[in-house]
Amino acid sequence: MKQISIPVLVTLAKFFSGATLRWIDCEPDKCQRVYFANHTSHLDALVLWASLPRQLRVLTRPVAAREYWMGGPIRRYVSGLFNVLLIDREKVRAHSSPIDQMIHDIGTTHSLIIFPEGGRNPDGEMGEFKSGLYYLSKKRPDLELMPVYIDNLNRVMPKGEVLPIPLLSCITIGPPIWLEPGEGKNDFLNRARQAVLGLRET
Amino acid sequence: MFSVSSSLICQNQFSISLLDGSALILLVGMLVSLVLLAVAGQVLRRQPESLLDQDVIRTFNSRVAGWLTITIILTITMMLPRWVTVVFFGLISFWALREFIAMTPTRRADHRTLLWVLLFFAPIQYVLVGMELYALYTVLIPVYASLFIPARIAFTGDTKRFLERTAKIQFGLLICVYALSHAPALLSGNYVRWDGASEQMVPWDGKPAGLLLFLIVIVLISDASHFAWDRFCGRHVIAKTVNSTRTWEGLLGAAGTVAVAGMLLHLWVPVTPFTFYGAGLMAMLISVMGSSGNMTIAAIKRDRGIKEYGTLVQGHAGVLDRMDSVCFAAPVFFHVTRYFLTAAPKAVGNAPEVTALLNQLVGSFHWMI
Repeated sequence: MKQISIPVLVTLAKFFSGATLRWIDCEPDKCQRVYFANHTSHLDALVLWASLPRQLRVLTRPVAAREYWMGGPIRRYVSGLFNVLLIDREKVRAHSSPIDQMIHDIGTTHSLIIFPEGGRNPDGEMGEFKSGLYYLSKKRPDLELMPVYIDNLNRVMPKGEVLPIPLLSCITIGPPIWLEPGEGKNDFLNRARQAVLGLRET
Repeated sequence: MFSVSSSLICQNQFSISLLDGSALILLVGMLVSLVLLAVAGQVLRRQPESLLDQDVIRTFNSRVAGWLTITIILTITMMLPRWVTVVFFGLISFWALREFIAMTPTRRADHRTLLWVLLFFAPIQYVLVGMELYALYTVLIPVYASLFIPARIAFTGDTKRFLERTAKIQFGLLICVYALSHAPALLSGNYVRWDGASEQMVPWDGKPAGLLLFLIVIVLISDASHFAWDRFCGRHVIAKTVNSTRTWEGLLGAAGTVAVAGMLLHLWVPVTPFTFYGAGLMAMLISVMGSSGNMTIAAIKRDRGIKEYGTLVQGHAGVLDRMDSVCFAAPVFFHVTRYFLTAAPKAVGNAPEVTALLNQLVGSFHWMI
């Protein structure tokens, strides 16, 4: 069943988003990476995942909010197909932090797609980054952090809408960054945010 | 008895394809010249940078590649039943509209309206064209959609820049879907032609696909000669803010060139019901409309700060960039042809005096078309 549903899901996601994927100063690679992107639409995780080349797609897990993707039978089924790593935004407890869960789940093979803004911004402007990206790279400094800018996808499916409109969108992936030794949390998060914003103009 | 039935079968088999002999020759001619141009473009690309402007070569190559793709697909679809060509144009329309809306900012409240436009009006328009429902496909978008769009936006309660948003969506639908759908609409219809010997209109026995091919060929020649005239004779730029290379010399030169081309086509490969001069006049009409379309879309692009629709969303071919001339030329070409060269009494119905008037009108303009 999954063998049929996954290609169908990928084709649908590509058709409705009309997404083009661009790699700027970097190449697709199977090494462990964290793709961090601006968050504009519920479709972000699905479309970014579907746009990746097939060999990378099977190794990449998007991190998404549990309450959205468990919000109905269709969403639950779809989230199973594209291998979502569900994070509880409401119940973050000390002994089961989302970061530990991510690190545990990716092991030594998988990559992650994360949206460090946490939520989606209604006006489309990019919000401040939450600290998750910092702690993630502190615990796993070997991960390549790939900035991703997603353009126009918020118009394909804005907040509160059910049906997407088939427009065109563009996903730009930029050269990786790493946490520099001794770099502070705020400096790093700012640098990461600028890396994403910088892709808007390329 | 046997021979009659077998010849009937032959005719039937041939009528599956939309093409007749001259149309086929014309298509092959187009393909050969486009391939030659593509080869020439590749040779030019290898020349040293100092010799030629690489930007111009790149534009030239992408245009030739775009048109070659379209011509190859058209050649295939025209061998198949009519609806295949209709569907092909439907897909072009859909893609062009996607590009247009993706580049035109709308507000969140327009989401549902856009959903209607892209998933209802655009497909239905082509279904109606496919079903040859002339009375419906000529009014669906100008009447129903253009009233529905502002009403639907008003119902959302978001009044910010209301007229601007309405106009954007209406214009996109009008140009990308409505106007372009008149190109495949040329494929159906009973056309008549002026018979010089008997001095009256007689049924045209050619295939209607010839009209569509004529439109495409003339648009192509017009685009190419416009480019050439601009480069070699251009003095007076039409509107610098829109396009700094398009000149009056190019506009008039292209119109003159295609007039000659249209008349030569009439002599060598007659694919239309037009007379000798009629073919020239229709070609000029197509050329002027095509240039206007190109200028209009260029004006929108300048306003949005985009050079080509294809470059903003990387990797896409920029369908609207290729089809802008056809979008503007198709509906005018369709209606002028239909007005003068359709079996007139049928179109008017039963009022005899109106029929007589129209026959007179068509008769007195026969020398033109």
